[in-house]
Amino acid sequence: MKYIGENLLPGKIGHFFIVLSLVASLVATIAFFIANKQKLSELKQSWLNIARIAFLLETISVVSIFIVLYYIISHHLFEYKYAWQHSDKKLQFKYLLSCFWEGQEGSFLLWSFWHCVLGWAIIWKAKKTVHKEWEAGVMTVISFAQFCLATMVLGIYFWGNKVGSNPFALLRNEMDAPIFQKADYLNFIKDGNGLNTLLQNYWMVIHPPVLFLGFASVVVPFGYAFAGLMNKKHDWIKPALPWASFSAAALGAGIMLGAMWAYESLNFGGYWAWDPVENASLVPWLTLVAGLHTNLIYKHSGHSLRATYFFYIISFVLVLYSTYLTRSGILGDASVHAFTDLGMNWQLLLFILVFLLPSLWMFFKQYKTIPTIHKEENIWSREFWMFIGSLVLGLSGFIIILITSLPALNKIINHFSFLKQIFKNTFAQPEDAVFTHNQIQIFVAIIIGILTGFSQYLKYKDTTKEYLRKRIVLPIIISLLIAFAIVVFGKVNYTHKGYGFMIAIHVAIFSSVYAIIGNAGYIWTALKGRLKSAGASITHIGFGLILLGILISSGKKSILSWNKTGIAVFEKTEQEDPAENTTLFKGIKTDMGKYMVTYVKDTFNTHDRKRYYEIDFAPKNGRKGFKIYPDIIKNNKGEGFTPNPDAKHYLTQDIFVYITSFKNDDAEEDTTDFRNIETKVGDTIYYNNGFIVLNKTTVNPTEKKNKYAENENAIFIDMNVVSKEGSSFAAYPGIAIDYKTSSLRHIPDTVLAENLIINFNKVTDNKQGKIEIGIKENKSLTSFLTLKVLKFPMIKLLWLGVIIMVIGFLISFTHRMKQMKS
Amino acid sequence: MKKTHIVMLVCIAITVAVLLAFMGKVTTYETIASAKEKQGKTVTVIAKLDTATLYYDPTKNPNYLTFEAVDTLGDRMKVAYYYEKPYDMEKSERVVLKGKMENGVFEIKKKDGILVKCPSKYKDDMEVAKKNLETTSN
Repeated sequence: MKYIGENLLPGKIGHFFIVLSLVASLVATIAFFIANKQKLSELKQSWLNIARIAFLLETISVVSIFIVLYYIISHHLFEYKYAWQHSDKKLQFKYLLSCFWEGQEGSFLLWSFWHCVLGWAIIWKAKKTVHKEWEAGVMTVISFAQFCLATMVLGIYFWGNKVGSNPFALLRNEMDAPIFQKADYLNFIKDGNGLNTLLQNYWMVIHPPVLFLGFASVVVPFGYAFAGLMNKKHDWIKPALPWASFSAAALGAGIMLGAMWAYESLNFGGYWAWDPVENASLVPWLTLVAGLHTNLIYKHSGHSLRATYFFYIISFVLVLYSTYLTRSGILGDASVHAFTDLGMNWQLLLFILVFLLPSLWMFFKQYKTIPTIHKEENIWSREFWMFIGSLVLGLSGFIIILITSLPALNKIINHFSFLKQIFKNTFAQPEDAVFTHNQIQIFVAIIIGILTGFSQYLKYKDTTKEYLRKRIVLPIIISLLIAFAIVVFGKVNYTHKGYGFMIAIHVAIFSSVYAIIGNAGYIWTALKGRLKSAGASITHIGFGLILLGILISSGKKSILSWNKTGIAVFEKTEQEDPAENTTLFKGIKTDMGKYMVTYVKDTFNTHDRKRYYEIDFAPKNGRKGFKIYPDIIKNNKGEGFTPNPDAKHYLTQDIFVYITSFKNDDAEEDTTDFRNIETKVGDTIYYNNGFIVLNKTTVNPTEKKNKYAENENAIFIDMNVVSKEGSSFAAYPGIAIDYKTSSLRHIPDTVLAENLIINFNKVTDNKQGKIEIGIKENKSLTSFLTLKVLKFPMIKLLWLGVIIMVIGFLISFTHRMKQMKS
Repeated sequence: MKKTHIVMLVCIAITVAVLLAFMGKVTTYETIASAKEKQGKTVTVIAKLDTATLYYDPTKNPNYLTFEAVDTLGDRMKVAYYYEKPYDMEKSERVVLKGKMENGVFEIKKKDGILVKCPSKYKDDMEVAKKNLETTSN
């Protein structure tokens, strides 16, 4: 059939460049490999030239694929599945790029693009430094990684196996629907499926590129290590060092941008949930940082070269493994945000093995010949404690990844029947998955914080005890005082998990403060404030701030929306009935700890398809209040809604609000007023749909204790609302009077089913027992929302720490790059 | 033996101990029938929500959700959850529930005890996309 209106040229161009990139990267791999083996400098140079041209072609291809795909998406060519599936015509311009990484194909391309950029940086740098000979080896690895990535977007079937998923595939070839039997089917496809609403967020425009730069850059230290094993030479550790710093900066920034996105736009109420997808990106960072430190040890003392090899190899393999975990669909029942299976599982596994097996084989084969020092490390040397730090980081990563790999373990168990008989069951997350990680990692934080604080004061090889004592005592005392002040005056009493864990938090606070003070002191005393060479210390300060920010904001995270109005389902304790949500009715003030909170109004914004809710927070102490605007986005993919939190940012804390359920009834405006009736106990009053019997008054009833404060006297009226239909509802409006100020506060009650609000206005005549009741009958009562309000104290410390840490890594990177020139 | 070797051995021993402790804490995937047999033990059940039985009234109690779940074997159980109703739960194709059976009710007392697997949300499921396409083409 000849289809009408299709624009097939971009797709053909795209296909061409995909194939070209596959071929060019293969040629580059081979040419760089041969160049690496050549001894004769002339031959070596000519092979290098061929390889560079191939790599240039590869770069042009990748950039062209990007441009073509961008053209397809931005011109809404819905005959292409990728454009149809990930974008629509209403999409705002700034989110067009996000469409790239909503799908797996686009994120592979992004990865590939960064490899090109890094590759040219290495070629360009190699010319300028004394480490020329490493270019060919490292580029062999990068080119081969590019080849593997090119196969991921190939979309060709080999002997019935699908190799890659092509972003230029046509919708009509990918889907079996009746409309494709019409030649003019494109006339019927009015719009695309659209970009997921969760990704329509500015953090989602920058988080994936930075994260993938991080992932991509791990290949560089790995490439040096791999080339070192190929060439049986080990002086690569110098040129690899700045790249390891760069990689740690990029991956660290990428991970934390993801945490910020989660905090700003997801609704689990936090920035980290130990979700498998988060863990899978954190673990390579941990091992990479471990490798960076062993690399430094080797450079200065000759120890730990084997460990450096191991850490750099494993970091890259872990990047590949995290790719497998997040893209194979294996995490389906364990994670809230993994990609779905594209049917490329075996290809993703192969991607890991093709790098893991040769590097491990060479590593163990040459293990004996990798230089090592048989003399024991001095306990008073920097390298001894740095090594312990690296070891702890590595093991911490090992534990996290094993826990995260439970679904993979299940898959293995299910695959082999003898394992099924041994285990009988497959394994799921522990009941308290988050605490499982926290209770392990808090000890890692303690050890790493303390090591970070003092190891810089040690010198490589040996330190005199006198020198150490002079330098180390003051920072410890200062840190102890600060940590003590934070714990006592900041009231960090996190007792939900027992006193043991609380004490661990207190120790960890000391340890993170010590990491900050120790390194600040080191910049001051030992480096005399020379910031250029203080990269490591600045990074450590940032890291300490991150730890401190996490400990305080999570340890003191509190829920302001404790529900005090709901019916106790069973006996309430914080553990048993968390009661985190409170329901607000439109226009009615609700008591929430320090604040009186009101759901004022909501407005629909057609521009970004969001409904904004205005929530007013009025502090009870009479200070100036504030408004928070959480919103609900109507999903474009399928039906349903997605809530988007909002936060009021203060220097010392964030008040974080998100809507957990809502109901709107726009039809009726809230115009009716209270109708006031003078009456007395025992009387009956009428409303439109029935009558109300006033049974009795009670003063300070214990069962209403949660409705009034310690310093208030409260009177409640016990009444029955009886509707025409015969249903009866209990209601208890009340007033509360402050002892000291004698200020009066109303505690209205509502009967939703009857759309009634009943207010106890005042006692008009004390002797005759006359009282005034206000009744409001209103349809708009049916507008309500349920929300959760959280307080995160000192969360700014965390974000500040991230920025400082990244700056520190980058200072190290540029500083060490400059050193190589000479 | 070198000091670093001793440190390494200690660290590895701690790691093994931590992992063993972890394996003692993991829950197991159960069917509804086997979950009923293991009263009071925290287990994980993958089931389908029976939307007709879903009860959540935030005007009465925003922290109480009950529903019935059915697994692939056709068994059924009552579930109680003490948090808000997850968004779009009605549209889920399956739910992963982590909790324990107490007096005939599957009690979930942790916020992350329900994982809703939606065919459409956050993912590109072609089945749903196809349905959309069919409706736009009509």
